[in-house]
Amino acid sequence: MGASQSTESNLTASIQRHLSKIVVAPSFAASLFFVYGFILWTGYMAFSKSRMLPSWDWAGLRQYERLWQMERWHVAIENLLVFGGLFIVTCLIIGCLLAVLLDQRIRAEGALRTIFLYPMALSFIVTGTVWKWLLNPGLGLESMMHDLGWTSFKFDWLVNSDMAIYTVVIAAVWQASGFVMAMFLAALRGVDQDIIRAAYMDGASLPRIYFGIIIPSIRPVFLSAIVVLAHLAVKSFDLVIALTGGGPGYSSDLPATFMYTMAFQRNQLGVGAASAMMMLATVMAIIVPYLYSELRGGKKNG
Amino acid sequence: MYLRKTILATGVAFSALATASFAHAEPTAEVLHWWTSGGEAKAVASLKEDFEANGGTWVDSPVAGGAGDAAMTVLRSRVLSGDAPAAVQLKGPAIQEWAEEGALADLNDVAAAEGWDDVIPAAIQDVMKYEGDYVAVPVNVHRVDWIWANPALLAKVGADSAPTTWDEFNALADKLQAAGITPVAHGGQPWQDATVFETVVLGLGGPEFFQKALIDLDEDALKSDTMKAVFDQMRKIRGYVDADFPGRDWNLATAMVMNGEAAMQIMGDWAKGEFLAAGKVPGKDFICAATPSEHGYLFNVDSFAMFNVSGDDKVAGQKLLAELIVGEKFQETFNLLKGSIPARSGVSLDKFDDCAKKSEADLEAAQEAGGFLPSMAHGMALRGHLAGAIVDVVTAHFNSDMSSDEAVSRLVEAVELAKD
Repeated sequence: MGASQSTESNLTASIQRHLSKIVVAPSFAASLFFVYGFILWTGYMAFSKSRMLPSWDWAGLRQYERLWQMERWHVAIENLLVFGGLFIVTCLIIGCLLAVLLDQRIRAEGALRTIFLYPMALSFIVTGTVWKWLLNPGLGLESMMHDLGWTSFKFDWLVNSDMAIYTVVIAAVWQASGFVMAMFLAALRGVDQDIIRAAYMDGASLPRIYFGIIIPSIRPVFLSAIVVLAHLAVKSFDLVIALTGGGPGYSSDLPATFMYTMAFQRNQLGVGAASAMMMLATVMAIIVPYLYSELRGGKKNG
Repeated sequence: MYLRKTILATGVAFSALATASFAHAEPTAEVLHWWTSGGEAKAVASLKEDFEANGGTWVDSPVAGGAGDAAMTVLRSRVLSGDAPAAVQLKGPAIQEWAEEGALADLNDVAAAEGWDDVIPAAIQDVMKYEGDYVAVPVNVHRVDWIWANPALLAKVGADSAPTTWDEFNALADKLQAAGITPVAHGGQPWQDATVFETVVLGLGGPEFFQKALIDLDEDALKSDTMKAVFDQMRKIRGYVDADFPGRDWNLATAMVMNGEAAMQIMGDWAKGEFLAAGKVPGKDFICAATPSEHGYLFNVDSFAMFNVSGDDKVAGQKLLAELIVGEKFQETFNLLKGSIPARSGVSLDKFDDCAKKSEADLEAAQEAGGFLPSMAHGMALRGHLAGAIVDVVTAHFNSDMSSDEAVSRLVEAVELAKD
């Protein structure tokens, strides 16, 4: 009797001890297989001779060589640098500015916050389609200005090969800067008010307080925002498809749309896989140093 | 022991019964396609009715999206898991690619019984056959090299018909432009740029050059002066389109011609469907004319490839389907709905419109003159990666200020890279 009771309580105790692991196990197994398993599979495909169907024949680095010889891939990579750079920087500036302005204990803050955050609730397809109409010279902004009498107004970036990628930046910034604002606002509210009051006492001006005290103290939020925005930039696909369709020509192609074209439209699974691995490498280059610094920081604090 | 024997015997009897019932089961065919809207959906429904009227069971597998990209992804996974649909909407060299994988079924017995060799044009037979065996069946012939023109706008500059040479085309376009009319309605999407490009190749180089450059990918033809002249002409056409053309869908460009906003569009005969749907009459409200060429005709043939299936009912269904598709009745109903012309001879064209009749007459003339050629822009002439490499260069040239010399050298490079 006593023995069985103790086994029972042992069992309960051990279940309780491992409960969190047991609950997490299925999703852990699923992501192990469906995420990391398929990353390995794609990695192998990039070294294979695959064209229409996956094949196991080894091709060495040939697919990567072909990838880097393609003019279109170079366009996609340049676009990623332009788009990613401008998107991240502009979102940070606008998001931070909005957060600081909202932080001034103004009236109707709740309503404004919601308005700024709303674009994030839309899908990129919707954003892309709406901006496509707005930016189309024959339909949107330009034609409206002409109708209003400002006939010399010209804004034809959407149909201009050299500028099309910047329209993607505009639409993406519109969508994501509200989210960045929310991140900053949360961080600003978390800053110790005593320090700010102390700075006031010492006669520091408001800009001085922001640049000297508050912004440095929310530095980790910058890092998180950059990581979130960078991976949004690398994987952006639907926005480009809806807004420019990769065009004019293929001038606004990004690596993700390039990969889709090769793998699903042109029976070039090998090249598609190679470009996917290059995208993964780009994301890793951003995430790994971040994780490293985070984990090291954690140890220091602990 | 006795009991066991009884059970065994019953089991055998049941399974025999089951097999027997399978042998007599209705012919069944699963059809994977992406004709899900408008006239195309109606056209597929007509095939389904026909198939069911002949005692078949139709299993519909429509996969919409991405102009067939989604369906091809489904097809890949179905074939890899050993469960291929009986018939798949598939066209051009993609048929050969699947046949090379050993995935396609042999239709030679149906072909012999129905005499396909005599009724299907030889150039289309080449697409449907793999190593001499029929593996696919054609449903229609779309012509790609058409000019759709608005006669009222042409009349404003004193023209009463579409141009017959590219010089005439340029002269007419210049006049239209001087009169303040947009000469060419065009949608700036890579495949539309490529459509215009291949009609220019056919017109300026002739059928033989088209064959060498865009089918055989002969390097001398690709870097020839003729090819440079083709890119020069593309640059000219770029000057004839309106400023907002990038990204525009083809049917919106057709609407521009219809509504008098632009004079001409170079597009395949699916554009005709837009005119007819709006109640326009060929010859009166719109003109259909071939783009300038010497008896050239670029075809875009939709087809169904037949995949290996197991089970008597499925094989029977597949053969019945193939027979019906090439049959005169289906070819007539389907093509009336789709706006194309039958892919076989012997179908009366009485119910078809004038443009379709012209298409059929030109087809016969082109066959005799050796100008009946597969379209590159619509995936009939080259495998996806090769056509894609050419389209990339064409669209990059059309949408920038690249020189013809540079376009030609990029074309040669891109084709070389895609070949290996």
